[in-house]
Amino acid sequence: MNSNLSSEQVDKKKLRKVIAASSVGTLIEWYDFYIFGSLSVVIATKFFPSDNPTAAFLSTLATFAAGFVVRPFGALFFGRLGDLIGRKYTFMVTLLIMGFSTFAIGLIPGYETIGFIAPILVLILRLLQGLALGGEYGGAATYVAEHSEPGKRGYRTAWIQTTASLGLFISLLVILATKKSMSEEAFANFGWRIPFLISIVMVGISYFIRKNMDESPMFEKAKQEGKIVANPLKESFGKKLNFKFVLLALFGATMGQGVVWYTGQFYALSFLQKVANIEFEQSNYIIAASLAGGTGFFIFFGWLSDKIGRKAVMLTGMLLAICTYRPIYQAMYETADVSLKTEVAGSKVINTDYYMIPKSVDLKKTMKTEFSYTDGSTLTLEETSLTTIFPGKNPKKPEVKRIVHVGSSSFWYLILLVFIQVLYVTMVYGPIAAFLVEMFPTAIRYTSMSLPYHIGNGIFGGLLPAVATYLAAKASTANEVAIAAGQAITYSKPYLEGLWYPIIIGGVCFVIGLLYVNGKDKEIND
Amino acid sequence: MNAIRQIFGIVWILLGLAAGYFLVFEQSLKLFEKGGMDNIVPAIIYTFILAPLLTGGMCIFGVYALQNEYKK
Repeated sequence: MNSNLSSEQVDKKKLRKVIAASSVGTLIEWYDFYIFGSLSVVIATKFFPSDNPTAAFLSTLATFAAGFVVRPFGALFFGRLGDLIGRKYTFMVTLLIMGFSTFAIGLIPGYETIGFIAPILVLILRLLQGLALGGEYGGAATYVAEHSEPGKRGYRTAWIQTTASLGLFISLLVILATKKSMSEEAFANFGWRIPFLISIVMVGISYFIRKNMDESPMFEKAKQEGKIVANPLKESFGKKLNFKFVLLALFGATMGQGVVWYTGQFYALSFLQKVANIEFEQSNYIIAASLAGGTGFFIFFGWLSDKIGRKAVMLTGMLLAICTYRPIYQAMYETADVSLKTEVAGSKVINTDYYMIPKSVDLKKTMKTEFSYTDGSTLTLEETSLTTIFPGKNPKKPEVKRIVHVGSSSFWYLILLVFIQVLYVTMVYGPIAAFLVEMFPTAIRYTSMSLPYHIGNGIFGGLLPAVATYLAAKASTANEVAIAAGQAITYSKPYLEGLWYPIIIGGVCFVIGLLYVNGKDKEIND
Repeated sequence: MNAIRQIFGIVWILLGLAAGYFLVFEQSLKLFEKGGMDNIVPAIIYTFILAPLLTGGMCIFGVYALQNEYKK
């Protein structure tokens, strides 16, 4: 295939194969990466000391963040390789590393079996996942863009853009299907490992599809003409001519895109589960349904960016997101807030179970109190307490868990609210691969586009759940302190405080994008 | 428009410095002092990842903007 591609010259059948092979591999990598995040609560109990659930949860988030923080290093390492030896071989390697790491996580014995070796192994494998993902995306996006004809690059690369959401969607489906197929106890014991283990089959299939693909025509041409640079890192980041665009790509596009992406998909799930207390299964259905409804819009906005420009589409999505996040999350909170619902008279049901813990003198008491509401919602207060059979010994403080199951109308309303956020994600994310590819020349494209993408997404976006959870927790603590001191509370809506992170980062990115980003598409033939 | 882009360079430099100061001195140091896993994790993230990236990156970006590197 000639490198100076025109619409007539492109072999459509071959192009479809290129897009399919690239997208399937990238989709699997995202699936591998997200099952860890989606199962973070279960993983926390298996691999981290469970004395303090918050510490365990934060440890998982830290591990999750570690997976994101190393992504830029993967971008540098594999980006350099991709610009030196080719796109195809590089993203074959990243696929295999990802598959191996995911499969291995599913095999590690828990903390109770092998002690601290367990979380250390999990951390190492998570870091390998991050490295692999850092190298994968840039390769796939560059590969598809370099095969595409001018005027359709946004549309073609948008297929790669769907893979991140689809990967998350499939990870949620696999987890839900696994949970459905067994008891809660069996899932907690071994079932959670299944989504990790089946990854090896998917990676194997993808490897054989990719193996038969050709190298990118533009890279081949650059190689034949001797235009491959000896040190892509130095060329990308050591020369002002290129580095200024790396910074612009980061601060004027990917930074904002990253926070919009993670707010719409990950923080929404975390908020539903931890703040709105919606039960695990139902909250996952809400996210999965929103993703299913929204994924097609990646293609639409990629296509639209070919017509009206990448900048207009991306910045509109970013502006809408930062202006509407607070009302959307307020509505999500109120929809699940049972204090705003009408309780069905006489609906209160109490169930109590006692369980003697083997090889101990402890007795576990679980008391479930269920309330029903007129809109079909239920609230379950699950109080678990441990007492000893020896008299005189102080019982431990009971733990109370609130679990809300929303009724049908609230369920669909929550899907709509998350869907709106997914729509913003598709606006900022759909055109971004084409936007980044068009900023840099062939010789340094893989390296130069991968780094801002993974810093924007991996660091600014990936840290969002941890930073936002921390900001919201800090606001709640400040209120508790004020109440204890008999003062007025500082934050009227502490649960919305976490949103300041995506709003501020998104706002700065919007202004930079508006002022400095060139709205006109560029030619990628050097 | 190019003049506005140039002038905003100062804003990005100041914003980068302010972000670094806020993250390190107003947040991280206090969190390190408090101790405990749930304080130290965000403190490490702020000090060693977000602060250098925001401060370093934004300041260089601001300098380039001041030098009119992004003129159209």
